[in-house]
Amino acid sequence: MSDRLTLETIASLVPQGARVLDLGCGDGALLAHLQATRGCSGYGIEIADDNVLACVQRGVNVIQLNLDEGLALFEDQSFDVVLQIDTLQHLRNAETVLRETARVGRMGIVAFPNFAHWPNRLSVLGGRMPVTRRLPYQWYDTPNIRVGTHADLEVLAQRNGLQILDSFGLHNGRLQRFLPNLLASTAVLKFSR
Amino acid sequence: MLIAQPQSMTFDASLPLQSGASIRGYTLAYETYGRLNADKSNAVLICHALNASHHVAGVYEGQPRSEGWWDNMIGPGKPVDTDKFFVIGVNNLGSCFGSTGPMHVNPDTNKVYGADFPVVTVEDWVNAQARLLDALGIQTLAAVMGGSLGGMQALSWTLQYPGRVRHAVVVASAPNLNAENIAFNEVARRAIVTDPDFHGGHFYEHGVIPKRGLRIARMIGHITYLSDDVMNEKFGRELRSAVAGTAREGYQYTTQDIEFQIESYLRYQGDKFSEYFDANTYLLITRALDYFDPARRHDGDLSRALAAARCKFLLVSFSTDWRFSPKRSREIVKALLDNRRELSYAEIDAPHGHDAFLLDDARYMKLVRSYFQGVAQELAA
Repeated sequence: MSDRLTLETIASLVPQGARVLDLGCGDGALLAHLQATRGCSGYGIEIADDNVLACVQRGVNVIQLNLDEGLALFEDQSFDVVLQIDTLQHLRNAETVLRETARVGRMGIVAFPNFAHWPNRLSVLGGRMPVTRRLPYQWYDTPNIRVGTHADLEVLAQRNGLQILDSFGLHNGRLQRFLPNLLASTAVLKFSR
Repeated sequence: MLIAQPQSMTFDASLPLQSGASIRGYTLAYETYGRLNADKSNAVLICHALNASHHVAGVYEGQPRSEGWWDNMIGPGKPVDTDKFFVIGVNNLGSCFGSTGPMHVNPDTNKVYGADFPVVTVEDWVNAQARLLDALGIQTLAAVMGGSLGGMQALSWTLQYPGRVRHAVVVASAPNLNAENIAFNEVARRAIVTDPDFHGGHFYEHGVIPKRGLRIARMIGHITYLSDDVMNEKFGRELRSAVAGTAREGYQYTTQDIEFQIESYLRYQGDKFSEYFDANTYLLITRALDYFDPARRHDGDLSRALAAARCKFLLVSFSTDWRFSPKRSREIVKALLDNRRELSYAEIDAPHGHDAFLLDDARYMKLVRSYFQGVAQELAA
């Protein structure tokens, strides 16, 4: 989900000048974009050495941390926005980190691959796990250890008492508000405590 | 090859120390590499740890094996690039490599200081370093950098002189020593102090050196600088007899001679150290480590203590470092985050324990290189 249009769409959800924590920030492209175009500040969190290096090369503040160990470094409501873009599906403690996202940020934004996107449904109906542009991995070597749908994400958020501020899909970098659980490859949830 | 030239500067004005004592007429040994730019904005100060010195990088003329202690990190084209930065290494007060220390004469008594050398702290060293920078005409450091005890000095710089530091690079360090760490220091100090050749710290006038104590102090230190894994990989249970070719194979059934290779290594390191290091310096520097605790003046609240810092930070720790563990670096990270300071933090998964900060790990080197490229870009902007 690293294409430019998606990045810009996600960035447009972040208020101007916001203090941002980007959980699983990858090479820091989104944070760099937010800093350059929206006057944001903040930090990325990454576990992978090469991504930490890439962030430092870009001049993005990065903290090397295993998110599955929680966000104890961060105080309650200490960020305007906590981003979790294509991160949740890699986390062992996905539910805890979702709660932590809402604790640390006044607003949380989670985006992750929607398994209920119709091509995936078709594939499973045909008896096979989907391999798509959005989910390009074979079932036996996927880094996505949490597989869920847009609807599942909403249910999880509600079950944790989170207030859903907005919920929509993203497909090919564009907003998908009509039947996002069916028509969008990416689920996006905006929420607060 | 970078040729290093040791220099020194003497300060007549008295330096007030944290203890309430003061020191006057002292000399600081230092080296510089690279060129100070016209607006004097490209200076990088390197702070040394326990047993190092101002000889940070390069070699001395005609001595090809005299590399500085951080020569892999600092030099032309290296992560801290002396083609871009003016790098300064300073030997701390109380040390034994050229700056005024316990082996020198106290101008107030005309006697060798010995055990009467005033107790110096990290804060005192930073004040002395600041005076050297004043004399060199450097108001602001592009960066201050150090590992271990050197990292403590770098951190202290950001609190004592927040307006004079743009970046701090704090490697394998801690906001203070925990009880276990103080305990190791105390064992080392007792080894020295109880050596009959120590003479209460006034061994110079007896013409002896408490080498036994120094050896044991160094052996203890060495154990704590390595990780269990590395020590096992390097030495394991290998016997000296397997290497030395003794008449009898296997165990020699001796309690006092060297049996295992690790013993041979530790004794060698201890012997080497006792030849060049000063016993009083060892006591002073380990005490400076023990005393460092910027949170102390703030009821133990590190976040409040670090509120004074203004600069950007790079912090690095190493996964197998149990003497200055990643957990301790994360405490600094947390306190800086509480103060909304700009920082990056990397936890390098390296096997070498505390020693890793001096070794070539590609990820570590690249990270520091990239960070300093950013510092250089800021200077150019």
